[in-house]
Amino acid sequence: MTLIRLTENHRQRCATAIWSLAAVVMAIASVSGCGEAQETKTVVNFWAMGAEGERALPLIEEFEAAHPEIVVRVQQVPWNAAHEKLLTAFAGNSLPDVCQLGNTWIAEFDALGALTDLTDRVAASEQAGKIEPDDFFPGVWQGNVIGKRVCGLPWYVDARLLFVRTDILAQAGHAELPRTWDDWLEAMRDVQAIQPAGSYAMLAPTNEFETPVILGMQAGADMLREDGRYGDFSSEAFRRAFEFYVGIFREGLAPKDSNSMISNVVQEFERGTFAFYVTGPWNVQGFRDRLPPSLEGKWTTCPWPSPDDSWPGVAIAGGSSLVMFENASDERRQDAAWQLLEFLAQPRQQVRFTECTGNLPPGAKAWETSGMRSDPLFAGFYKQLQNVRPVPPAPEWEHIVTGELVKRADAAINGRQTVDEALAELDQRVDEILEKRRWILDRQARVQQ
Amino acid sequence: MTTIAQSSSTSGAVTPNQPASVGTRRYEGPPSGWWFAGPAVAIIAVFFLAPIAASILLSLTDFDIYALADWQNLRFVGLQNYIQLLHSERFWIALHNTLYFVAIGGPLSVAASLGAALLLDSKLTRLKVVWRTVFFAPVVTTLVAVAIVWRYLYHTKYGLFNLALTKLGFEPIDWLGDPQWAMPAVIFLAVWKNFGYNMIIFMAGLQSIPSELYEAAEVDGAGPARRFWHVTLPMLGPTFLFVGVTTMIGFFQLFAEPYVMTQGGPGESTYSLVMLMYEQGFRWWRLGFASAVAMTIFALTLAATLLQVWLQRRAGA
Repeated sequence: MTLIRLTENHRQRCATAIWSLAAVVMAIASVSGCGEAQETKTVVNFWAMGAEGERALPLIEEFEAAHPEIVVRVQQVPWNAAHEKLLTAFAGNSLPDVCQLGNTWIAEFDALGALTDLTDRVAASEQAGKIEPDDFFPGVWQGNVIGKRVCGLPWYVDARLLFVRTDILAQAGHAELPRTWDDWLEAMRDVQAIQPAGSYAMLAPTNEFETPVILGMQAGADMLREDGRYGDFSSEAFRRAFEFYVGIFREGLAPKDSNSMISNVVQEFERGTFAFYVTGPWNVQGFRDRLPPSLEGKWTTCPWPSPDDSWPGVAIAGGSSLVMFENASDERRQDAAWQLLEFLAQPRQQVRFTECTGNLPPGAKAWETSGMRSDPLFAGFYKQLQNVRPVPPAPEWEHIVTGELVKRADAAINGRQTVDEALAELDQRVDEILEKRRWILDRQARVQQ
Repeated sequence: MTTIAQSSSTSGAVTPNQPASVGTRRYEGPPSGWWFAGPAVAIIAVFFLAPIAASILLSLTDFDIYALADWQNLRFVGLQNYIQLLHSERFWIALHNTLYFVAIGGPLSVAASLGAALLLDSKLTRLKVVWRTVFFAPVVTTLVAVAIVWRYLYHTKYGLFNLALTKLGFEPIDWLGDPQWAMPAVIFLAVWKNFGYNMIIFMAGLQSIPSELYEAAEVDGAGPARRFWHVTLPMLGPTFLFVGVTTMIGFFQLFAEPYVMTQGGPGESTYSLVMLMYEQGFRWWRLGFASAVAMTIFALTLAATLLQVWLQRRAGA
């Protein structure tokens, strides 16, 4: 305002300059006016990882249309930088209001005290008939509950299982998919017997921790004991699973050096270089698109066999959740953030999200309405999702499995260590990693007494 | 021969009349001198000395994500991080790999730089500017882009190197997949990427050698080999020291090449000290331990530098 008055005093002298200046001032005024108009709306910052950040945008637009008083600012964060960026944002007190968080990170961010407790809001929303906690797969929901607090809402799920070349299996004399470890081992041996040199019964990349952990869960191992104070990999249950896992490689049923050997998995799967492949839902569409039509009906997805009669065997509940961060934002923002969470977690939006991204929905209803359940290749995942479990809720989990478990498994597979040596060393290393956690838990226990 | 040695040693000393006691001499000028030096000193103190001091302090604690959440979770652990580091198998693997990289890659890089500089300095070379640009180009290209291209060159089936090897009748090599060959592959890339920088410095060194020395040597009957050995090399002494030290310091910080090309594999054969630090610090967020790794790398680099300076002094004396 002062600027305009000032320009008017000098109008006589240089009219053109004044006009241009006035134009600039008007422009600034109109821009700031816009800003003011936006201030009356509540802004929710939302960080989404990888492809979801882009493909979920139609849903965000729908949300904004239904809630004209709320503006959602979506920021896309690449997956491989996400963890670092989130921790840095936590240190710098600049976390977003709503965030997509990998399931396995929930415990870590809860330990930081960064997550908003959603228990009361979820209960209220359930009574209002919006969110349906019972509709989510139990194993997936469990991963979002720490202690008795609900820390996140499932957004999409994934679970690793077996991609199987049923034609090769049939050639080897197995018409049925294996349901127990014994069946499975027998099937692998029979397949290996008819495979040419350089081909195998199975492909399970040795740099992925998931396979040994899943087998351990199936054998009933908890892997950490005393509330995550110590490693428990030497337990009888995990030992059994680990021996089974290592045996597959030692017997030559799966390649030991698969990481560098296989450059194009789809191509090798087509050639029949392996009949079983441990992978997840993200590969279904790619395989479908890139495998030739002649292979249609000759492969399928197979839930995990189990060491006993209970089929399917358990798998890790993977995927992402939506969380709210406990930061300095005010009540109004928290409410707006919750409305976004509530919106995205309802079955109807789960279906839309699945249509947009191809991700697996976390609730049974969405599986029905989206038609995913009747898709022959996704039916295996639906079956598997009935029996999934989250990984132990210790912030050190990722360090333990990717830093240590994979290395010891590699040592055992390549015969540098026996199974017992590898597991003893693993437990020792894990106990070292968990030293700080023990100290903190013990101190908390003392304070509570 | 003795005259040359003497002339090089006198030209190296800055003020031959005064005893060299720069380190112990105190500032005796007017106080306004501090005002001139002040801004620079302040910036160095804030952005350089303070972080180093903080890092040293951090290395004596167990700072991690728990401490990030609540300062009460921070413990002073003394030298525990260092003891743990020395007891960790991965540290020794990383140290071995880093020393391997420095010991082979460093001299190779310096030799390649000197060779290129000599070729470019030769009177017979045409299009010097073009060659200089070509040789210097790798230095200014982004390492990540270069590493991705080189990953193709090293590809077992479709790579250019293996194509050449098979044409020459050798067995193809799984460059990045074989623990034996992964480090040589990384060294080769690093040498190619870095030699241009030192080449420029060597060229400057070569140009500053007075031509009279060569003429005198020629009159004395020295051939090209003896001229190189007895004129060029001694006159390049200070350049060698500089190039050697900076190259070694740079090579101790091996990180980006294996990070992009091999992730430290296969079987930890390209896992370096800085990768260990990165992994502990930014992947597992154990910043206390990572600081201890950083301090150890610093101490190692300092020791190796002092050793090199001492060796060259002795060789020069």
